[in-house]
Amino acid sequence: MNRYPLWKYILLIICLVLAALYALPNLFGESPAVQVSSGRVTVKVTEAMVTQASQIATAAGVTPIDAYFEAGSVKLRFKDTDSQIKAKDAIQAALGTDYVIALNLLSDTPPWLSKLHAKPMVLGLDLRGGVHFLLEVDMKAAVDKALEKTAGDVRRELKDKKIRYGKISKERDRVEVQLRDAETLAAADKAIRQLLVNLKVDSVSTDGNFKLLITYPETALLQLKNDAVKQNITTLHNRVNELGVAEPVIQQQGEGRIVVQLPGVQDTAKAKDILGRTATLEVRLVEDDQAKLTEAMNGNVPAGYELMTERRADGRSVPILLRKEVELTGENINDAQAGFDDHNAPAVHLGLDATGATIFKDLTRENVNKRIAMILVEKGKGEVVTAPVVRGEIGGGRVQISGSMGVAEANDTALLLRAGSLAAPMNIVEERTIGPSLGKENISKGFNSTLYGFAAIAIFMMIYYRVFGVVSTLALGANLLFLIALLSLLGITLTLPGIAAIALTLGMAIDSNVLINERVREELREGMSPHMAIQNGYKHAFDTILDSNITTLIAGLALLIFGSGAVRGFAWVHCLGIMTSMFSAVFVSRALINLIYGRRRHLTTLSV
Amino acid sequence: MEFFHVKRDIPFMSYGKLTTAISLATFVLAIFFLITKGLNFGVEFTGGTVMELRYGQSVEINQVRHGVENLKYGEVQVQSLGTTRDIMVRIPNIQGKTSAQLSNEVLDSLKKERADVELRKVEFIGPSVGDELFTHGITALILVCVGIVAYLMLRFEWRFALSAIIANMHDVIIILGVFALFQWEFSLTVLAGILAVLGYSVNESVVVFDRIRENFRKPNLRGKTVPEVIDNAITATMSRTIITHGSTEAMVLAMLIFGGAALHGFAMALTIGIVFGIYSSVLVASPLLLMFGVTRDSMIKPVKIKEEAVV
Repeated sequence: MNRYPLWKYILLIICLVLAALYALPNLFGESPAVQVSSGRVTVKVTEAMVTQASQIATAAGVTPIDAYFEAGSVKLRFKDTDSQIKAKDAIQAALGTDYVIALNLLSDTPPWLSKLHAKPMVLGLDLRGGVHFLLEVDMKAAVDKALEKTAGDVRRELKDKKIRYGKISKERDRVEVQLRDAETLAAADKAIRQLLVNLKVDSVSTDGNFKLLITYPETALLQLKNDAVKQNITTLHNRVNELGVAEPVIQQQGEGRIVVQLPGVQDTAKAKDILGRTATLEVRLVEDDQAKLTEAMNGNVPAGYELMTERRADGRSVPILLRKEVELTGENINDAQAGFDDHNAPAVHLGLDATGATIFKDLTRENVNKRIAMILVEKGKGEVVTAPVVRGEIGGGRVQISGSMGVAEANDTALLLRAGSLAAPMNIVEERTIGPSLGKENISKGFNSTLYGFAAIAIFMMIYYRVFGVVSTLALGANLLFLIALLSLLGITLTLPGIAAIALTLGMAIDSNVLINERVREELREGMSPHMAIQNGYKHAFDTILDSNITTLIAGLALLIFGSGAVRGFAWVHCLGIMTSMFSAVFVSRALINLIYGRRRHLTTLSV
Repeated sequence: MEFFHVKRDIPFMSYGKLTTAISLATFVLAIFFLITKGLNFGVEFTGGTVMELRYGQSVEINQVRHGVENLKYGEVQVQSLGTTRDIMVRIPNIQGKTSAQLSNEVLDSLKKERADVELRKVEFIGPSVGDELFTHGITALILVCVGIVAYLMLRFEWRFALSAIIANMHDVIIILGVFALFQWEFSLTVLAGILAVLGYSVNESVVVFDRIRENFRKPNLRGKTVPEVIDNAITATMSRTIITHGSTEAMVLAMLIFGGAALHGFAMALTIGIVFGIYSSVLVASPLLLMFGVTRDSMIKPVKIKEEAVV
């Protein structure tokens, strides 16, 4: 009666072996490592780098234990932190600034386990220390910027097509183009429709007033916002790369938010500085008409112009009048490097993409002997980096900015421009910094409380239910094994609340076993034979186990849906734990009981 | 070994009036504290900056408080985190100042007095995030309730669903009341704990309900009245109830004692939740079930009389 067919035992053993295999990597510790990744978009790290980096390290007297290539970066493992730091310095010196050399911790999981995709659990920041940022993308600014750019495109197109136009202005949510008559309106309408396929173009002609209205339809707006977040994420990736952080997390959360997690970062001020800088580059025309400048300085800025200050090399700040129209933005910049110009003054060398190069060529051709300004816009405030006079047409997309900057400043500016500009400014809405010692403490505290709780339950169960108690404890152990294996396999980040959920799940998982054991006792009390008692005990308990666990699961799922960050970690473990506990309480414990009692034909007593 | 082997059914239902009165009193008291004192919402909900500091040697909390108050940030909270070396500082959001500036200023000012202070944790949360979390929390709570009620209505009957959810909310309100009374910090992990309690406590009610349903179907209990059936169900599951609660409580207490400050609120919410969970599943949900007029017929579908076939 209480026998399982052989296949069930085989299945159980397979499950346990697999679980043990995938939980195993957690037992191996971590060793210090050095990670080499690309510091520039144009530089790619390849497999060949593995030998190169190893050779550099070996030459410096520290031979890596292990070196391999993974996901675009080379990782080298060392036996202690001393050799790790030595190797980092050596590699950094040899490879230069094109590469980011970061300190890292790598799991000591043996290669054969890694080949099976067995990896240790991912630890959350609260367990290993680091910085967590939640950034919010300013969508309004993103839309404004896109409208400005569209206005610029329209202007260029009409000029190209030799269609005479009046004022082109950016209104609240649209671009308005004034035209002279019905004829030019029709021509402009046709040209603009061809240029801006995704946008809504309306011709309006009332009382001799001819206007072209360009608006973003809902889908285009959505696309715009999506792109803004995506571009910001890419930019953040590049910026974080500059910090040399190993395994950073940069993810979109919700509609317009981005989570950035930098494990192990200590210098939070520097991190925040780099992340928080919402720098974009704008190229605009300078108005050198002295009359207009004087008027503007008297507080009467002409329409379509903006007054800013320019920092000169000698440290003086002088007012400068700029046109509002943005000719070129940082989006068209591919590359930026700090260097020196012909006169050995610090400079930033820019590389433009095809569009940027064309725009810049036209711009410089049409404005020879005029000044153009490079403006670095940070947090909505613009600062003129430099405003050189255009000597002649610049083609080919190679631009050099030099002027009033020091070496450090050139480096800084280049870094920002190289990292790409943000599509829209971002604000830090949430920030957490956890010291590494606190992280270690959190792990040990969480681990200890689980251990003590588990021990208390196990001892009680074994005394109170004897053989059935031992079986329950084994089932609970199997539950823990399954849970850890699943968490490791699915790559769910373990946080402190996650550890709490493991503890809670274990505490609650014993409920199923208690239900079964009590039922068996009850059946015996009612005069059932031991075999019948086992059979009925499990059968009757099962309904209750199912009902009570499903209700708990409902609560867990709600947490999973609404939760963010640490709470989500809790919910994942909780939900998975409920499922593994049902499996181990019903299947594992029954299999063991069957193994112990099933073959005895003349069973007279049960140890329960 | 058996601790709770009760030969005769304990007449729980005859205490119904008393237990309902006690429940009602604690419930009203909890609401009273919630209204008068309110919850001490953590930084996740209110926004602001929280710093966790550790001193090399034990420190006088007033000294730290004085040091922080000198900076004039308005309503600053300084409290100890379990030991005399660990201090928590809470600063409200200040316009025009980033958390980095705030935390640096506080640390600098404290370092001037005592150089052995170390920053362990800084948390800054903007006000908008807090509002969102609040609505999310409420949504989750409602979602859990609706889900549980729906499931219980499907598996049992409306009376069971209603009793369980009322007993459950009773637990939640009481936990909230205790948090309000002692002004313990209500953080996101505490909320997670409370939602876990919701699941846990309903679990308890379900075990008892399950037995009630089973009892209604048992032939040897057919002559018994409804209260007697319920008494029997509670008595029969009592051993399991106590042992299960004991083990969960052991786990949670281990967390409370060894888990440190970070898990304290969570473990506390669960500790209270488990104690009241046992009480409410037995002494609140079941009397409510009776009050809603549960009968044998509400659980057992009337057997259709088969028409006899005429051959």
